[in-house]
Order: sequence, then structure tokens, then C-alpha cells
Amino acid sequence: MHKSYNKDLRKLTFSEAIREGIDQSMADDPNLIVIGEGVPDPKSIFMTTSGLIEKYGDKRVFDMPLSENGMTGVCIGAALNGTHVLMIHQRIDFAMLAMDQIINNAAKWHYMFNGQSSVPIVIRVIVGRGWGQGPQHSQNLQAIFAHIPGLKVVTPATAKDAKGMMIAALKDKNPVIFIEHRWLHHIEDAVPEEMYPSDLDKAQIIRSGSDVTIVANSLMTIETMKAAKVLSEVGIDVEIVDLRSIKPIDLDTIIKSVSKTKNLIVVDSAWKTGGISGEIISLVIESSFDLLDKAPLRITSPDHFVPTSHYQADGYYQDAKQIAEQVLDFFDQQDGIDIINKKFKIDGPVDVPNREFHGPF
Amino acid sequence: MTSQYQQLLLEAETELFNIYSQLLRIRRIEEAIAEKYSEWQMRCPVHLSIGQEAIPVGISMYLSKADHVYSNHRSHGHYFAKGGSLKKMIAELYGKETGCCGGRGGSMHLIDLDVGFMGSTPIVGGTVPLAVGDAWSAVLKDEKRVSVIYFGDGCFEEGVMHEAMNFATLHKLPVIFVCENNGYSVYTQLNERQSSRKIIDIAKAHGIQTYNADGNDVIGVIEVAYNAIERARNGHGPQFFEFKTYRWLEHCGPDDDDHLNYRPQGELSTWKDRCPIEKLKNHIVGKDVNYAEKFQLIEIEIETEISEAFEFAINSKSPTKDQIDQYIYA
Repeated sequence: MHKSYNKDLRKLTFSEAIREGIDQSMADDPNLIVIGEGVPDPKSIFMTTSGLIEKYGDKRVFDMPLSENGMTGVCIGAALNGTHVLMIHQRIDFAMLAMDQIINNAAKWHYMFNGQSSVPIVIRVIVGRGWGQGPQHSQNLQAIFAHIPGLKVVTPATAKDAKGMMIAALKDKNPVIFIEHRWLHHIEDAVPEEMYPSDLDKAQIIRSGSDVTIVANSLMTIETMKAAKVLSEVGIDVEIVDLRSIKPIDLDTIIKSVSKTKNLIVVDSAWKTGGISGEIISLVIESSFDLLDKAPLRITSPDHFVPTSHYQADGYYQDAKQIAEQVLDFFDQQDGIDIINKKFKIDGPVDVPNREFHGPF
Repeated sequence: MTSQYQQLLLEAETELFNIYSQLLRIRRIEEAIAEKYSEWQMRCPVHLSIGQEAIPVGISMYLSKADHVYSNHRSHGHYFAKGGSLKKMIAELYGKETGCCGGRGGSMHLIDLDVGFMGSTPIVGGTVPLAVGDAWSAVLKDEKRVSVIYFGDGCFEEGVMHEAMNFATLHKLPVIFVCENNGYSVYTQLNERQSSRKIIDIAKAHGIQTYNADGNDVIGVIEVAYNAIERARNGHGPQFFEFKTYRWLEHCGPDDDDHLNYRPQGELSTWKDRCPIEKLKNHIVGKDVNYAEKFQLIEIEIETEISEAFEFAINSKSPTKDQIDQYIYA
């Protein structure tokens, strides 16, 4: 934990912020329990649950049998009896085993029983990338969840949001899918010490600009920030909308930004077909077709899986450089490419989030 | 003055009539649904429990309102045995606002939280882990009660069934697993779906205390239920029943479907000879007293209640379209 002398400037990493959000929520709500494969183990879900079992005991902090679907049902049953549950999967890919319980029960229990009971459960799922995560440990499956009515789906990008949205999610009466990108875990941000809830349904304009609105979420927000900084040097002024929530999508904030810039690009870490990126473009075109100066653009992963070998995988995932290149293309402004290439000159491996990163992966 | 012995006999007799009345009530409700189904006013799938009435009635003898029940697509018997409202259930089948889900569920989604009937749904296995989680939460919150889950032999083929049994045993949860083995999943026989090992042996291998009994003999069900539910209440962990029973009508719908020949010839009539209601009636009349009037009275009471319930349903308001997007979020 980082020492802080000025409370307002205290910095925490994304994973420390999540840990603090869970810790404060557990202290605040004696009815909240935490469960997941590895929650109390020595690596404690990338250290995001460390110390919880020591503090709250084995009646509130649980390891879990490898029964993702059954255990999701167990957690839903507990939630229906008024126990608030935080369930954690170290990989979003594992949650696919639980789609029956998530879709058929958690999402619609409140609806199908006419509002008589509800399912206060938060399912934390972590998205992997790089270091050979390969076809089954690196999927960006956010759109699958966002498709389902009755779920709330959030994708925070900053440590401050991660803590606040975790606190809000754990207070919510509905099932919330809390999607966090593993490559955000080490990134620091100023995080208030007190317990604060953040909106679960609002996007935020996190960079003001005049030429183009780029809507992004999770890690792609961070990569877009880096791209925007360099693009400003070639005369492209980017405004960034950090989605924060992909269910619901805060269209008002997006439209507000597009009204100003008249251009729209959506960056998403997932595949292109059937993704959030296409959804956002559809929403904007349906409601405000006349706002746009030119056809919008999706920047996504290609529509195929990623292999394990870094020889093949490098370049598959979208990063700041690729985003910047595609924005140049969008404006047909190829004379900036030298600056982009120079600024993003890579002198090390691209399959880890930074050079100090040594796992766990 | 009656002797203490006579008093006991009298109480036992009252109890037997109470049980009989519950069995008959479920049967008559199901028959009434079947009869009126062709009127096209109950426009939802129905999975009737005729032939299988004894199991929930026997199990529910030792449940209170505080105990929770989860169930499946064939849930009418479970709902009524736990005390679920008849009027709200019939109104639900009619798709009315006064239905137990305001018309959102129909026959396959029953709920009556006032009596601890937590919900039934038709994805096979879907509610099994919910009941286990319900029991887990009860333990964490120090609520002294049990959770009951009803499922069929087909459910035993689902992964969540085994995942749920594992967790229930691991945490010694007060769960009562009730397997109603009627031998068929829709038209497919058990031996085409499961190997010849016994269902109950798999449950036993999970470390669960197991029981089996004739699911058409309500007295036999009550006998095993008492012991098992007491054990669950007293912290001895999950208990598992396998009751052999038989569905008389088609899997889904109001009709007899024996002409489809998916059941061996004569099987249905053999099971009809083992009718749980007739079996109990014979047990009662075997006492050498003329109870005809009493049986008649029970019939009349049930008939009156059922016609009132249908009248209530038919006369209830329909839900309006503007409510369709309510309750997406709590």
C-alpha cells in the first residue's frame, strides 16, 4: 500500500483500489460475502482480495469449487435470500460456463417473478492479454453480457472508477458484471481514501478535443489517451468519451461530444462483429445521423482468435500506436505517420503491460 | 371421556384425512386445469403432476412456512403442498394481473413468498444450485430452517446437479434433495439416458445421507421424510431422497398420450393401480368404519374451492401492455 501525505493526492494502483473498495464495502455491509476460485489463496486474485479472510473470517470470504455454473447458481440462491455476494472469476473465459445461471436466472429473476425478489450479486471477471494468454485466456466477451436485459455491465478504466464502481456495484440490488482488464491492474491513479460510490450508468468525457470523438472503454481508454497525446502533435485534437458502463450505454454523453466534434470513432478490445463498437455507432446514427461529417470507424481486434505464440500474437491486440495510425487514416492525413512511428518506437516486448510486470498472469 | 389411546387414534385419523385431502386437492386441481385447457384461456405450457401427488404432500408434512422450497417445470404439486395460493396460481395460468407472477410466468414459474415457495423454473437443473445457495445463506445468517429442492430423474444428468451436491456436502448445508424419478424425460426412458447404476448411489458417493421409498405411498414418504428433515435441521448436512413414481398424462399438456407407444404396454395401467390417493383411501377405510360421508365432504370442499379459484382468475384484470418493461431492474 502506498504511503500518502496528502489525502487528495494519494495514489493507488487499479488492483489496490479494487481491494480497498471491497474491503470498505465488507466493513460497511456485514451481509456481504466474497467467493471465487483462489480468493483466499496466496496470490489472492492478483492481490485484489489479499487480507480479506484475515480481516473478515471464513464465514465471509470463501474459496470455491471449480463449478462455475453451479456456484453461480449457489450465489444467486444466496442473493435471493438477502445475502450480498461478490463472485470472482480470474478469467472472463471461465464465466462462459456460468452463462446459463447468469442469463436464465440472475438477469431475469426480478422480471419474471414480477419484481417480488431480486438478485444482488456482483460478478467480477478479468480479461487477459499478452504473455501467451492464447485462445481461451484472452477473450473480450463484454458484448455477450451487454446483450442481456437485466444485467448491468461496467468496464472501468481508472483506479478511481474501479473503486467507486465496485462500491456502487456492491450496493446495487441487481446483478452487475464487473469487467476489469488485467493490464489495468498496475496503473496508478489518485484514489480518495473514503468510501465513495461512482455512477454505474454514466460515461465521462475524459479528454476534451474538437476534431473527433473517440469512445472507448477499459484498457482501450488508456491506450486511446496515449494515442490522443501523440495525435495532438500532428494536429488532430481528440475528445475521449470513457464509456465506464456498457450496459446501459450513456448515449447522451456520447451525443453531446459528437455534436461538438462531428466525427465518431469507437475503440473496443473485442471482436468487431456484433460488438459494442457497432452498437454505439448504430445508436448515434439512429438518433443523430445528421451530426456526422463522415462515416464513423470501428477500431477493434480482428474477427479471429489470438494464438499463444508471441511471434504470431504481437500486433493482434489494439494499442496506442495502432489506434493513432487508424485515426490518421480516418482523416487521410498520412504525413503524420513518421511522428507516430517515432513516438511509439518500441524497444522491448509488446506482450506484457510494462517491463516491470512479472505476473502473476 | 375418551381415553388417551382413543384420543391418539382420533388425532391420527384427523391427520390421515388431512393428508388425503391434500392429495385429492392436487389431483382435482390438475384435472380441472386439464379439463379447461382446451378452452384456450390458459395459454401456456402445463406439466401436470397427476400420479405424483404423494411426494410433495409427504415431504411438506415436516416443513413450516419458514422453510424454503425451489422447484421445476412440474411444480404444481410442490406449490400446493407448501401452501401456495390456489387463486393466484390459477390466475397466473390465465395470464392475469392477480397471478402469482402477475402473468409473467405461467405454469412454469410459480412463486409464493408468503409460504416460502421461492420459485419454480423450467430450465432443468436451474433451481438446484439456487436451493443450495438459499440453504448456505440461511446458515450464514443463522436462520434455523431447511431448503428443499424438487427435481426429476432427467435433472440428475445435468452438471449443476452434481456441482450443487458437492457444495452442499462440503459446507454441510441443510438441503433436502428430492428426486422424483418418474422414469421418463419427455418420451425418453431412463435406461436410454443413464447407465444402470442407481441415482441414489451417486448421491451417496457425494457423501450425502440417502433414502429411497415408494413415491406413491404417502405414508412411506412421510416416514422417511421425518427422519431426514430432522437430521438436516440438526446440522447433519444435506439429505437426498429418490422416490420412484409415475406421470400419468403427457409430459406437457392436458392429455393422455399412451397411444404414442413410448411406454411399454400396460405400464401406465400398472401404475394407475398404484394410485397414491386410492392407496391412502384403502388404508383409511381398512379401519372398518364407514367414512363415505367424510370422503364426500372433502370432495365438495375441494370442488367449491377450485371453482372459486377459476372464477377469481377469469374475473381478474388482465395485465396491460404498458407494464411489459417494468421490473427489468430492481
